[in-house]
Amino acid sequence: MEQHSHIYGVMGEFETGEQLIQAAKKTREAGYRRVDAYAPYPVEGLSEALRLHRSWVPLITLLGGLAGGLGGFGLQYWASAITYPLNIGGRPLNSWPAFVPVTFELTILGASLSAVLGMLGLNRLPQPHHAVFNVPRFTHASTDRFFICIQARDKKFHLAETARFLQGLDAHHVSEVSDD
Amino acid sequence: MSAGQPPLDSPEIRRLTPVLAPGYSYTTVTDKISAIVLTRPTSFGWFAGFGIAFSLMGMMTIAIGWLITKGTGIWGINIPIGWGFAIVNFVWWIGIGHAGTLISAILFLLNQQWRTSINRFAEAMTLFAVACAGIFPLIHTGRPWMAFYMFPYPSTMGLWPQFRSPLIWDVFAVSTYGTVSLLFWFVGLIPDLATLRDRSKTKAKQIIYGMLAMGWRGSAHHWHNYQSAYLLLAGLATPLVLSVHTVVSFDFAIAIVPGWHTTIFPPYFVAGAIYSGFAMVLTIAIPLRKAYGLEDFITMRHLDNMAKVMLATGLIVAYGYFFEFFMALYSGNKFDVYLVRQRLHGPYAPFYYALILCNILTPQLLWLYKIRHNVAVLFVMSIVVNIGMWLERFVIVVISLTRDFMPSAWGRYSPTFWDWATFIGTIGMFVTLIFLFVRVLPAISIAEMRELVAERSEENE
Repeated sequence: MEQHSHIYGVMGEFETGEQLIQAAKKTREAGYRRVDAYAPYPVEGLSEALRLHRSWVPLITLLGGLAGGLGGFGLQYWASAITYPLNIGGRPLNSWPAFVPVTFELTILGASLSAVLGMLGLNRLPQPHHAVFNVPRFTHASTDRFFICIQARDKKFHLAETARFLQGLDAHHVSEVSDD
Repeated sequence: MSAGQPPLDSPEIRRLTPVLAPGYSYTTVTDKISAIVLTRPTSFGWFAGFGIAFSLMGMMTIAIGWLITKGTGIWGINIPIGWGFAIVNFVWWIGIGHAGTLISAILFLLNQQWRTSINRFAEAMTLFAVACAGIFPLIHTGRPWMAFYMFPYPSTMGLWPQFRSPLIWDVFAVSTYGTVSLLFWFVGLIPDLATLRDRSKTKAKQIIYGMLAMGWRGSAHHWHNYQSAYLLLAGLATPLVLSVHTVVSFDFAIAIVPGWHTTIFPPYFVAGAIYSGFAMVLTIAIPLRKAYGLEDFITMRHLDNMAKVMLATGLIVAYGYFFEFFMALYSGNKFDVYLVRQRLHGPYAPFYYALILCNILTPQLLWLYKIRHNVAVLFVMSIVVNIGMWLERFVIVVISLTRDFMPSAWGRYSPTFWDWATFIGTIGMFVTLIFLFVRVLPAISIAEMRELVAERSEENE
């Protein structure tokens, strides 16, 4: 491994999602691990090609939903039965069927907020700047082009060789990504 | 499909009318949708429409200002009719707000491709409708600056909301619905905001869209978590959308007032909500596709499907009306029977007949293929249904409250100028927001359209 302090990685451009998946698979097979692919829409099979581990979003959502539901019921129980009990004709204070709608709504609210915040957190967003934006052609990543970037911190990374490797995968416009 | 226009009504073509006209690539789809926001000059029609809508919104501001100055006495409400226009309009707007999430969430889970080009503005419509709806209960409290009493917060008075009251359920249902709809809409927008950021030519636009896109790069890691979150949101929003109008119907059904105290209310309210929501989506989609030349994206297939959903939910609503009627007669409860007679022969009977005409009879025309494919007729029909659904809420709220159990509690209700000013003003606010939305954000999801293009090209291979 060489030291490239000012280099984030090497990027290659592809024209279709299919080419991107093939290239991602070959990059993995060649032993590169610090790899990311960029696409203007979610390409089916890309996560598998890069062998991304299962997303943590579902677990975060479940926990958020449980917190919302338990918190919601707890809030109502505490308010209605403990701190502000109202005796209305001797009816039970813990009138749980009447607490179902709010418990339900807060479950959904907790789960949805955690799904979105969890997704943003796991994606490290908001992030105002990232090295890949230094590549001028990268603006096409949000329109009609597909990219693969092999990062310099990969153990197998070698500027010239990795660039040649990407060219070997039929990538256009292979360019180095500067880090500043 | 081959070149040239095949006859529209041949059965093979009917099935094949695409959800996206052929010949589009990632680039052209992106260009066409983002151009509406980024490069196309703002037309005179936009300014004219916006001006009218914004003036109406100004009228709403004045009406609310006057209300806050004088109190709810400026409205037509008085005991025994405490729920006049405010609640009618609240339920109407909330109902309209149901189609957006239904299209985004339920049709997403059911893998319906035709949702793709209509979900974005339907979601925006939902948000704006919920915003309009939220105004009414707030100002109906009479002291809107005390509205925070409805939320559970540790006050120095040791006072807590009454969690057994459907009105408090409503606070939670509507505010959760507003929040989740906003999240769903915003998450869907993130990739498109990145597209706009990358295609903007001016610094100001790059900064604004860039901040909103939060640094989205479209990396595989991003999409991986994103898709998971989007699917979960769809799964969460589906029961939510069904629960919201259920809770709204509880506002009525939990009470013992004749005509309100029925178990059919929740499903019939939900169906009515979807009915009016789809009607409003059509009311917006038809001028939108015309004004911006989006006929290739919002095709006849979309309009046809939306008309079919309207027909189906309209029939569920008709079933609801019938069973309200039947249960009153079958139960033999004299107050319920009396209420039915009031609907048919009372002072508000014309509203009831107009409701039947708008909501049950007219939409039966949608059985005809020719009607579903006649854009102008469909547009008129969608407005008729909107009016019908408003009348439905008027009939429910006003007739029951004016004919309670005891003749001493009977009364009459008629709205005042300020009632109308507030109601029409919220329509102005709704249209204002729609105009602004269309101008500054992509009205159709660009990322999802690219996905559709990708799926199309795979199918063709």
